[in-house]
Amino acid sequence: MTMIFGIPLQAFLGQLLVGLINGSFYAMLSLGLAIIFGLLRVINFAHGAQYMLGAFVGYLLLVHFGVGYWPALLIVPIVVGITGIIIERLALSKLYDIDPLYGLLFTFGLALVIEGIFRYYFGVSGNPYSVPELLAGGTNLGFMFLPNYRGWVVVASLAVCLGTWFAIEKTKLGAYLRAATENPRLVQAFGVNVPLLLTLTYGLGSALAGLAGILAAPVYQVSPLMGSNLIIVVFAVVVVGGMGSIMGAIVTGYMLGLAEGLTKVFYPEASNIVIFVIMAIVLLVRPAGLFGKDA
Amino acid sequence: MTDAPLLSVRGLNAWYGESHALHGVDLEVFQGETVTLLGRNGVGKTTTLRSIMGLIRKRTGEISFDGKDLMRMPLHHTARAGLGYVPEERGIFATLTVDENLILPPVVAKGGMSVEEIFDLFPNLKERRNSQGTKLSGGEQQMLAIARMLRTGVKMLLLDEPTEGLAPVIVQRIGELLATLKQRGMTILLVEQNFRFASRIADRFYLMEHGKVMAGFPVGELPDRMGQLHEVLGV
Repeated sequence: MTMIFGIPLQAFLGQLLVGLINGSFYAMLSLGLAIIFGLLRVINFAHGAQYMLGAFVGYLLLVHFGVGYWPALLIVPIVVGITGIIIERLALSKLYDIDPLYGLLFTFGLALVIEGIFRYYFGVSGNPYSVPELLAGGTNLGFMFLPNYRGWVVVASLAVCLGTWFAIEKTKLGAYLRAATENPRLVQAFGVNVPLLLTLTYGLGSALAGLAGILAAPVYQVSPLMGSNLIIVVFAVVVVGGMGSIMGAIVTGYMLGLAEGLTKVFYPEASNIVIFVIMAIVLLVRPAGLFGKDA
Repeated sequence: MTDAPLLSVRGLNAWYGESHALHGVDLEVFQGETVTLLGRNGVGKTTTLRSIMGLIRKRTGEISFDGKDLMRMPLHHTARAGLGYVPEERGIFATLTVDENLILPPVVAKGGMSVEEIFDLFPNLKERRNSQGTKLSGGEQQMLAIARMLRTGVKMLLLDEPTEGLAPVIVQRIGELLATLKQRGMTILLVEQNFRFASRIADRFYLMEHGKVMAGFPVGELPDRMGQLHEVLGV
């Protein structure tokens, strides 16, 4: 058997893949958080709940309406995005003019309420969501066995991240978003409907969380707590990448997922804390984050 | 010139938080005119522009532009009414290229310049169109801040100290630019500390003190008013 640093190659690559899968979700979730924070200056604590909501909407669509995975991939982000738009219009938009702490407190409370409701109806045990038929089984890559669905998650998350990055960096709407992130009042004085832009941005960030949720449903169990387990790590990713940096959030998401996977191979005891250790070191050396602008 | 002013401001009061900055400003600007607000630092010139634009929301009085009541409009409708704003700090976006900065403000009416025409007027900007906006020199940033308003088809520009901190040769170029815009029929309300600069391009002046307009006079009366101006402006 091939060994690498005294570890069987199979085990090494297996953990690397798990790291890459986790990293895919870290990247998608921290991307949404970074976009929302950049423009709205709101630390969206409801992001984990919106991710969980995405997984549950997919699950309920399947169980109650017989709507399968592929249509759900389109319906779920729309549904979660619309709930985001409603939340922004009814509540968040009223909090912009006061201390940013209120936005944080509101979304934190909202996350507790949403998770509480789902715990009440579905308990804390997970519900299985089976892998779509098309992606069932796996492929032998010669050096390792790759479950098809996991390969798909990596590809899909890369496509979502790069697509979102492109839309923000290279399109006219993205230019509005970048400019409004710098100076919203001036952009509005130029005639751009900035309040609408804020609403759509929160909707987009929520939709990204929902999409990550439905992608995650066949990998992890669909459970009311799946978001709160993940969101703390995702916040660490955003801090390491640099608050509000889009590319930083994406790259750091994958990097920290891989770092976590590697740690599981070499020193499993530390795998749960390695991300926070990295966060502490980065904050000491570069307080603005790896990709953040020094403020 | 038509009989009704394009911009009419009556009894404008404005506040920054609790601080009362404008105490009843009255002014008028007619179609095609260039009007300059003079006054020392802190008398409310910038505040007047920002209040007209709607950037300061805590304001009372009357502002009408082209027959529309600006007091009732949300901020993003002021530009659509035909007002273009060039802030004192220029407001060039660091995360946007020169090109992106130029085409950022939405077109609000027909009659604006095309990007090609703007680049003919500002060859420097064309050369650097893919640079990051804030990598430009101060003079180029000022040119860009004015240039991006010309595409939008606005009827009137509010210019806040366009010559501040710039070298004399650049100031001269901005003067030529404003003269060109004036020839094309642009209406301009200018805030300017550089009195010599202002005296070359303005048709009329308003002199501000303590958040109010103290006097208004055409450029022809300038020689007779020099004594008063020296006293009030300390120039």
